[in-house]
Amino acid sequence: MLDTAKTRWHPVAATYDLPFRHVFHAQLLGREFAVWRADDGYVNVWENRCLHRGVRLSIGINDGRELKCQYHGWRYSNRTAGCTYIPAHPADAPARTITNRTFAAVERYGLIWSAEEPQGEVPELPGLAEGELLTLRGIPVNAPADVVAARLEGYRFQPNGRTDGSDAKVSVEASNEFSVALRAVDGEASTLAVFFVQPVDSNRSVIRGVLDGKVEGAVRLAVLHHHNDLLSKLRDIAEHEAQAQPVPAPLEPVIDRVSPELAEMPEETKHGRKATIRVEVARKWQAADGIAGFELRPIKGLLPTFQPGAHIDVHLPNGLIRQYSITNGPGESDSYIIGVKLERDSKGGSTCLHETVRQGDVLAISEPRNNFPLRRDAMKTIFVAGGIGITPLLAMAQALSNQSLNFELHYFAQNEAQLAFPEKTACLGTSLKPHLGLSPEQTGARLREILSGYRSDAHLYLCGPGPMLEAARHVAAEAGWPETAVHFEYFKNTNVIDDSSSFEVALARSCVTLKVPAGRTILDVMREAGIDMPSSCEQGACGTCLATVIEGEPDHQDVYLNDAERKSGTKIMTCVSRAKSARLVLDL
Amino acid sequence: MTKTRCTDQVILDLWHPLAALAEVRAGVVVDTVLLEERLSLAIDGKGSAAVWRDRADLAEGSLVDVAAVDGKLPVKLAYGYIWTSLGNPPADLFPIPEFDEPDRRKLNAATVGVNVSAPRAIENFLDMGHFPYVHTDILGAEPHTEVKEYDVEISVDRDEILATRCRFFQPMASTTSTEGADVDYIYRVPHPYCSVLYKSSPVDESRLDVIAVFLQPVDQEHVRAHMMLCILDEENEDKVIKRFQQTIFGQDKPILENQFPKRLPLDPRAETPIRADKSAIAYRRWLSQKGVTYGVIPAAT
Repeated sequence: MLDTAKTRWHPVAATYDLPFRHVFHAQLLGREFAVWRADDGYVNVWENRCLHRGVRLSIGINDGRELKCQYHGWRYSNRTAGCTYIPAHPADAPARTITNRTFAAVERYGLIWSAEEPQGEVPELPGLAEGELLTLRGIPVNAPADVVAARLEGYRFQPNGRTDGSDAKVSVEASNEFSVALRAVDGEASTLAVFFVQPVDSNRSVIRGVLDGKVEGAVRLAVLHHHNDLLSKLRDIAEHEAQAQPVPAPLEPVIDRVSPELAEMPEETKHGRKATIRVEVARKWQAADGIAGFELRPIKGLLPTFQPGAHIDVHLPNGLIRQYSITNGPGESDSYIIGVKLERDSKGGSTCLHETVRQGDVLAISEPRNNFPLRRDAMKTIFVAGGIGITPLLAMAQALSNQSLNFELHYFAQNEAQLAFPEKTACLGTSLKPHLGLSPEQTGARLREILSGYRSDAHLYLCGPGPMLEAARHVAAEAGWPETAVHFEYFKNTNVIDDSSSFEVALARSCVTLKVPAGRTILDVMREAGIDMPSSCEQGACGTCLATVIEGEPDHQDVYLNDAERKSGTKIMTCVSRAKSARLVLDL
Repeated sequence: MTKTRCTDQVILDLWHPLAALAEVRAGVVVDTVLLEERLSLAIDGKGSAAVWRDRADLAEGSLVDVAAVDGKLPVKLAYGYIWTSLGNPPADLFPIPEFDEPDRRKLNAATVGVNVSAPRAIENFLDMGHFPYVHTDILGAEPHTEVKEYDVEISVDRDEILATRCRFFQPMASTTSTEGADVDYIYRVPHPYCSVLYKSSPVDESRLDVIAVFLQPVDQEHVRAHMMLCILDEENEDKVIKRFQQTIFGQDKPILENQFPKRLPLDPRAETPIRADKSAIAYRRWLSQKGVTYGVIPAAT
């Protein structure tokens, strides 16, 4: 019987087991679950085990958006159960594929339903109307589910309002191996009681009763007492019966193995420029003067886990591909929200989104990629945003705010009407510091104020137009900020790319040597040779196509690497950069 | 011969700790459990000890002449504990040279029962990443969560794991400082169920305190953890020093008891390691190479 039980829906908890920011420890057929409700109402049913070291997530912390493991502070996102942060390595973005096992969850009749491999739908009972019923306290029983269900067929009770009587007629309206529906009639009074038996383990069950009709006050209390007494007696009898039989072996749930990539030391996942996800524009609105907001919802399933700083490629109806940062706060995982500024010198990307794309349209997007990861081990974090550069920093600021970490978000714009996503920035309180209408000189002076007095344990994140970023990096360097504490993201690479050189590229791990002629990029040539290399902006700004240089001198033409990284000569952006030497050896 | 419940010859042949000498009354029988076997022990207070399989005529609490007990198991007195073996133990236990330095305080901080396998407890002992979360404001504090790169080697000649260049931010680095600072650690795993750590001494910059955990495997999923201290401290009373270690261990215990499965999985795909877990990865490989099966879930071959 328990073989087929895996494919059926069972209650695993009651709605009242999930108070604000609690994590409930549930069990079904020997498998433990961590069940928690996020502040947006979504009920998560997860394997009760952190993927890192197996610690129960039911002892973790529900912060309303994410579940945090008690052992090492790993954070898992609402809905997807994807890991968003590994505190031991604050400079790295966790591999997106670190995702805990999730199980289906449906809330019905005041109960949370789940199943290991659900087939069909959650039971729907014609006699029970949502909102017009009373969910009884779950009664745990040390007996197999079939023993309990058989006993429940003989359960005799009084209808609501007549609990002081004793001569109700009770009939079985329906029953199967995991549930029994009974009706008690006494004169005019009639109550339908449906009992679901949750098979916790081979020899343990929980009786979850639901009565039709809403009762209040003293009557409600009397009804609860009535069933509590009767079910407690039924429990004693069922446990006696179970004790007379040999104890069945406990069920052993099969814990999925992690993927082979995750079993080894983490490596970057490889993705080409693929747009595997289809989203619908659920909402398009004016997020500020000249900035359109887009809410992108998945056509089916869940969106992949994102981390603050991540961007997606959006494939536009006109064939162009553009990168936009995800602005969502932690746990806001039902859609991605992006902001698009209408560029005066648009080559067709922002114009298309502003003028052509409408609510209801379907777009293809890539999985989120994070080449601008946020450390969360700083004593102080300073964000400096120029205009639409707010988007990645907004996601970062919300993440730090959610963890009560110290930060300031300096937001430079021409005027108040240009400050985007006011509904999101309003939640940041006094940490948001707008700077409006400043000339380039005044901006420089303000940056000097903000960045003066560097202290160790501080980190700086910059995103904005190229000239402002150059100025801010310059000011930071003057103020004593080390390069390792200054993180930046350019919108685009405005350098004029010189692709006149020709050279040879040897790929050490793939054991091939390729010729890169003038006018073509390393990335192109590698792709043609069948070597899969992830890329996104393909103009040296986003950092996706980074490769490690083993030998040779790179000719850097990107805006992603910082000066120290450039000087070290060990990294190269394969989409725009080339070689000064006749030959480059890459670790690919 | 009595049937041995543990069939792992590697584990049977090891020395295992049973009790702190300072906590055993001379000439009185004490019962304990090792590898699911009921054992009794006694010391004479003059440097001799005996360990034997539990017998009805020598009940716990009864008086015994240590020299007169027959059917004794191998016994060794080392690092303040009484050790025995259910197999053929090596002549020597792993060395801790600092134990012989005369100016050190040596004590058993605590013996605590924990509902977990010995290897899970060793991994916890080697782990720095949990300091800010489990030992909040004592051994670590958010947001200083980074585990910096460190070195791990398996020493072939000494047959032990050695993790060096380990550093972790500690909010109150010493009794005299009010600011946090990186504290240096060295970890050794010289025995599948024992580990020794060396940590910057707050009173003498040039020397290291030694803290060891010796795990007595009661069965595959239960241990008695003996915590040995060998430290530089002339200020504090024993009870103050012990209380500190007991606080730390009391914070680890509920985490350890909520790990699933309780036995340590040696299949590399059972859990998700990160770079900070280098020493744990080495430990799991070392156990696999030794062929240890007790207290672990061996990788499918």
